[in-house]
Amino acid sequence: MSSTDTPIAEIPGDTLRERIVDDLRTHIGADLVDSLVKPGDDVWVRVSTDAWRRAGVALRDMGFEYFCFLSAIDWMPSPFGKGEDDPTAPPPERDDTVRQGYAGGATRMQVLARLVHPTLHVGVNIKCDVPDAEPVVESWVSVFAGANWHEREAHEMFGIGFAGHPDLRNMYLPTEFEGHPLRKDFPLLARMVKPWPGIVDVEPMPGGSADEEGDAE
Amino acid sequence: MTSTESLIDRRQLAYIASQAADARLNVELETEGMTLNIGPQHPATHGTLRIIAHLDGEQVVWAEPSCGYMHRGYEKLTEVRTYPQVTSLVNRIDWLGSFANEVPFILAAEKLMGIEAPPRAQWIRTILFELSRIANVSLFLGDLGVQLGAVTPVFMAFRDREHVLNLIEGTTGGRFHPNFDRIGGLKDDLPAGFIDETRAVMKTLRNFCTEMEDLLFGNEIFQSRTRGIGVIPKDIAMQYGLSGANLRASGVDWDLRRDQSLPMAWDKVDWKVWTHPDGDSFARCWIRLQEVRESTLIVDQLLDNIPSGPVMAKVPRIIKVPEGEAWVSTENPLGEMGYYVVSKGDLGPFRTKIRSASFNNISIVPWILKGVYVPDIITILASLYFILGDIDR
Repeated sequence: MSSTDTPIAEIPGDTLRERIVDDLRTHIGADLVDSLVKPGDDVWVRVSTDAWRRAGVALRDMGFEYFCFLSAIDWMPSPFGKGEDDPTAPPPERDDTVRQGYAGGATRMQVLARLVHPTLHVGVNIKCDVPDAEPVVESWVSVFAGANWHEREAHEMFGIGFAGHPDLRNMYLPTEFEGHPLRKDFPLLARMVKPWPGIVDVEPMPGGSADEEGDAE
Repeated sequence: MTSTESLIDRRQLAYIASQAADARLNVELETEGMTLNIGPQHPATHGTLRIIAHLDGEQVVWAEPSCGYMHRGYEKLTEVRTYPQVTSLVNRIDWLGSFANEVPFILAAEKLMGIEAPPRAQWIRTILFELSRIANVSLFLGDLGVQLGAVTPVFMAFRDREHVLNLIEGTTGGRFHPNFDRIGGLKDDLPAGFIDETRAVMKTLRNFCTEMEDLLFGNEIFQSRTRGIGVIPKDIAMQYGLSGANLRASGVDWDLRRDQSLPMAWDKVDWKVWTHPDGDSFARCWIRLQEVRESTLIVDQLLDNIPSGPVMAKVPRIIKVPEGEAWVSTENPLGEMGYYVVSKGDLGPFRTKIRSASFNNISIVPWILKGVYVPDIITILASLYFILGDIDR
């Protein structure tokens, strides 16, 4: 804990968020890989894969007892775009570099969770890389019982394993379903069958000019 | 060996033999327990949630909800839509309070773009948000009666909710799916006569609350079926991420309308966050009743001084959201509803994580149903209050 005399509840938002990052660093050390405090907004931290569960325990001990959600992000750009293309035309060139978001990253897939401090009303977005070769991270079920369903959902939607989870059955899809729908390389079949005409649905009003501002439909 | 000792021996042997006979009898008569399927279509499930309950006599040994009958894949669908198009999808998550679903998504997009709706739009948004809550939760109060075998409350709830839906329809054009919120403001201004009519409706709804309080909450049967049933302690509620009235009924003083700064008008009016220390089914229902009444008071105060001005900020016709990530959650009728929006500077979101309240609220069901009696399953599910679209998304 950093040594200040101010009661923690009176520290203004961004200073408090920076202090949270410092506190977490004293708990897990170098396993806190990266962090970002966006002024007046929120805080993001990224921990190493091995420290995922430990970081959850550390944050819980720091008072972040409210489990908000756990999910994942697939940072690979979709090879299908937004499905607005003409299927008979040759596929357009698409940028396929994997660029991670806030607090960086090195892998295609990341696990993302949010914990909230119930009295300070400040939340932490916590991320960790999921190894590409073996997409498994530790389970949080023993830390936050509510993580159970969220991990099941992330498992079926992204194909991420959670070591130590008691029961990684599908939540939504049939047991024999193949593929992981929220991965970017899983095509949205409805769009494959019939291209969506509505990607640019903004047409100028009769009599109005196309670059007119002020009214977004 | 003395005779006394052998006597004790014989008695002990007889005792052991009788125990063994009892045990054999128990083994022969033991029943396997029963698996009770509630749903997928059952009045208590408000849609298609299936609860598999394994019973021992009248008691639940374990229970497991089975979701997915209404999974529509909104998180995937948002990835192929533009930002303005997403509101028509998220409208259908919690279909009883549709407008409230749009608000956090629009706020997240606005946060990424660095724009804010004009004051008048913020106030109207807050009014419509609270009207959604009233429409949603008043139906809950009526439905609660049905689950306990009282049919009258539901008719009263439908009767009075109609007034609120008329207001929403008059403003937005849609009774259930307004699709009225826009990035940078609202589609339209309030219709003429809205303020007077809303005041009258709020009065009706307050009467409805009082009626419900007398009819339902003062009823002895209702109390005996809900008090002390399905108690959720504070720390368990936090671990499972319960939110809304379910969390406040466990004694946690937390309301996202008060405890975070959002470009909405809640901080401009005077209102109270209700909490209850008990954490049982009664507390959850009672909190919701108080919140409907509080919402009508919030709307009344907001109507008093709606600022004038435009309802739409200057935004480009084609909306491109700068690269970044944003999390916005609001206190929706069912609890905390939030969107984690990842943008790559495109016309549509790169990834949207929809954190819906009911998903977390229902994930506690296996824990809370353990050891309860069969009739209490229904009251506990009713008091947790979920909307199927809000679980499955």
